[in-house]
Amino acid sequence: MTMSDLRSGRKSGPNSLGGIAVIGRLVLQRLLAAVPLVWAIMTLTFFLLRLTPGDPVVQILGDRASGAQYDAMRTELGFDRPMLSQYFSFLGYLIQGDVGSSLFSSRSATDVVLDRLPATLSLAIGATILSVIGGVAVGVFAALRKGRDGTAVQVGAVVGQSIPDFWLGLVLISVFAVNLKLLPANGYVSIDESPGGWMKSLILPVFTLGLAAMGSVARMTRAAMVEALDRDFIRTLRANGVSDRSIAFRHALKNAAIPVTTLVGVRFIGMLGSAVIIEQVFALPGIGSLAVSAASTHDYPVMQALVLYLTLLVVVVNLIIDVIYSWLNPKVRVA
Amino acid sequence: MITWKGLLVGLRRPMAIVCLTFLGCLAAAALLAPWIAPHDPYDQNLTNVLSGPSSQHWLGTDELGRDILSRLLYGAKLSLLSGVECIVVAVVLGVTAGVLAGFFGGRVMWVCDRIADLLLATPMIIILLTVLAVFGPNMHAAMTTLGIMLSADFMRLSRGSTLAVREALYVDAALVFGLSRPRIIVRHIVPNVLGPVIVRASTLFGAALFIEAGLSFIGLGARPPKPTWGTMVAEAGNAIYTQPWYLVPTGGIIILTVLASNLFGDALLDASVGRVPARRRNERRLKEELVRREAAHAVRVVAPTAPDAVVVTSLVRARNLEVSFPADGGWQPVVTDVSFDVPRRGALGVVGESGSGKTVSMLALLGLVPPPGRVTAGQIVFDGNELDPADQGSFHRLRGSEVGYVAQEPMVSLDPVFTVGDQIREPMRRRGGMSAAASRERALELLHLVGMPDPRRVAASFPHELSGGMAQRVSIALALGLEPKLLVADEPTTALDVTVQAEILDLFRSLQEQLEMSMIVVTHDLGVLADFCDTAVVMYAGEVVEQGRVEDVLSAPAMPYTAGLLGSNPYSATPMGRLPAIPGTVPLPSAWPTGCRFQARCDRATELCSRGPIPLTEVSDLWQARCIRIGERAAHD
Repeated sequence: MTMSDLRSGRKSGPNSLGGIAVIGRLVLQRLLAAVPLVWAIMTLTFFLLRLTPGDPVVQILGDRASGAQYDAMRTELGFDRPMLSQYFSFLGYLIQGDVGSSLFSSRSATDVVLDRLPATLSLAIGATILSVIGGVAVGVFAALRKGRDGTAVQVGAVVGQSIPDFWLGLVLISVFAVNLKLLPANGYVSIDESPGGWMKSLILPVFTLGLAAMGSVARMTRAAMVEALDRDFIRTLRANGVSDRSIAFRHALKNAAIPVTTLVGVRFIGMLGSAVIIEQVFALPGIGSLAVSAASTHDYPVMQALVLYLTLLVVVVNLIIDVIYSWLNPKVRVA
Repeated sequence: MITWKGLLVGLRRPMAIVCLTFLGCLAAAALLAPWIAPHDPYDQNLTNVLSGPSSQHWLGTDELGRDILSRLLYGAKLSLLSGVECIVVAVVLGVTAGVLAGFFGGRVMWVCDRIADLLLATPMIIILLTVLAVFGPNMHAAMTTLGIMLSADFMRLSRGSTLAVREALYVDAALVFGLSRPRIIVRHIVPNVLGPVIVRASTLFGAALFIEAGLSFIGLGARPPKPTWGTMVAEAGNAIYTQPWYLVPTGGIIILTVLASNLFGDALLDASVGRVPARRRNERRLKEELVRREAAHAVRVVAPTAPDAVVVTSLVRARNLEVSFPADGGWQPVVTDVSFDVPRRGALGVVGESGSGKTVSMLALLGLVPPPGRVTAGQIVFDGNELDPADQGSFHRLRGSEVGYVAQEPMVSLDPVFTVGDQIREPMRRRGGMSAAASRERALELLHLVGMPDPRRVAASFPHELSGGMAQRVSIALALGLEPKLLVADEPTTALDVTVQAEILDLFRSLQEQLEMSMIVVTHDLGVLADFCDTAVVMYAGEVVEQGRVEDVLSAPAMPYTAGLLGSNPYSATPMGRLPAIPGTVPLPSAWPTGCRFQARCDRATELCSRGPIPLTEVSDLWQARCIRIGERAAHD
């Protein structure tokens, strides 16, 4: 056998070093691709916000302000200038990472958003961890024990996905806070203040947000495990003495983790949206309540800052998922 | 691919019918609310607030004493309409764009893809909040916006199926016949695209209902006192301390509706990909029959048929193996009465056409018959130890350490996500108890042994980085890890190029000499048999039809089937002549005739062949065949 047997054009040999270089290139590629994306989304929201009726100046001054006061405020905020000129100065500041100040508190819109991010991120990350650990455990269990247990997991997962999260939150409050008095019904304790309190304040919201995702992770894990266990290499490994336990938890699970990773990324991004509503249920000071109030008062800079940071968050999450994906699946490392 | 036919099958499933009926009744109730609702949804009664269910108010009353059932019925219209509105917008936009993108490709596809990327990366909830802030509490605007954003999903879905159909030849044929493009799209492409779209739409309908209810819940939907499901949940939330019951009907209606639409989609999907719900009723009957069968065969197992002389010299002795699969409420044997011996340090060749039961017999030997199939009778003696073939666990000790296995398709018989070295080392470490360093050393040795020029490099590669020949060498190294006494190779050269086939056979030959192993080679290539094996087993339709020393069997086959196989050798074909072949195909187990299973294809069959089971008959010393005319032949000689 000669080296010509190694297919030409394909990477071969130890890939610990090659792997890092490939991942570095992936990160760079994705960040560059994010630039036009962020520009397009910011432009879209800029015009969506400005071209539609509703006037923030009225909101700031109230109904009783005089015409002169109104004009002065408009000039101060730059709303009297032509739309395109407003847009280009907006872009100019955006390149420097500045989306302006909140129209109501005169604080930087970035700071306003960043203040609210920890609560939302704690919620979404906690729910993701719950859904991955719980969903994978249940899915693997169901895949290994076919028959009745597998069917029960399938049915449970579909029912779990059909429960509206805001309603589930209320039920959990009613049971664990109102009746059993085990956990706070609402409110948020920052982690610097009291790590224990922070945990307690998040248990119910995390469970509320994570349950549906847990169901879909369990279903996907089960399906992917069943498929992996059916593949030819499982028979070869088993015939050559690899134990059933290693077949299930090392070989089948790592193969099954590939589609599950993609799903977890999609679910995390979805959770950022659902968090807006869950934060209302549990009175958490996250970006959700900020978004609702900023939208109703037409606080353009805060809205733009929200869109910017959420988009960046989506880009970063997708990137993390891609890195995990390429670690799990050696075939894509070649690209 | 989800087809129309699959969808129609799905629609007939009980689950799909139940879900659709529920959604239909709900829609009818929503439309007929003014006539069927027991109370006026706005009728307040402050003396009877937040009551539980009663004969007057079936689902109780809310904080203003209004009838919850009536309010849910009136609210249904808005919720269902919102979901429909969103999905219609998403499907119309998405499918149009997807079909055009898939059909025309090129720039159209590029533009559609970029727009989809943009829509999928936009924070949906922020856009919805903005739209609601701008248009006031107006669900139409929000749901249309949501539909536009979800259209990206349908765009990708229908683009994929369009591309698949576009590649199909009949679309090219239609273009050649001069059918206009719009006509081709409507006639051939849209029907193929709609299957997956309908399944996806039923799931996203549920998602749209959630979003509508969620937005109403946080007070951005219709203004009170207008009833919507979301605002009613919010009211129930306010009454959580005084009347938890209020949560039950308000959440319940949303759960049931979304559940129905999810289950409907699942049922369609399952039916269209041919998944059948497990039939549990059959299980007990199958088990009972199995017990009966095993009892019936127990007698046979006790009396092995081979002479004792063979036992001493053979490493493996298999007797009367039978493997069955459940079918039609009973057990259908697919392999019957298979007996063979593997000589020590010798090679046994198992030949036969596809479907003759070669592979299943080998899996029975390894204790790896794929469930729900199982070994229903027989006995296996390995190196003097008797194993119970019905007890799969007893084979576990054997695999890897005593028996190695090389599969047919090298490229799919290695785990794609672990390096080659990892996979070779695993049995050594876990079964052989070797240290990490020792196993690494041994893996490199093995790779060198199977002829790899650069073992270190190969050990660090993933299977997809190897050629077929290299992957097969790696599979062999994996099988040799714990120095097995027997190597089972299932068509080890079939999937390889001719030149590589010869190399692999040479490798087997030198390995067998160096390591003093026994081998079983499953093959349908008589050249491999002649070149490599000492004894041969010829299988046909699940039974052994001839066995003996290779030189005997190949030079003067006693069974017409073996003769037919020899005659079908392409190397003996004359130029320009037809390739020789045995007419007909191997019968399926369910169609096995009584008597000789080869009779329908045999040119020497007589009516005696179909009278009853034909036993393996001695042709001469260590040579047996299952043919009624063996005696005749002997007389002839």
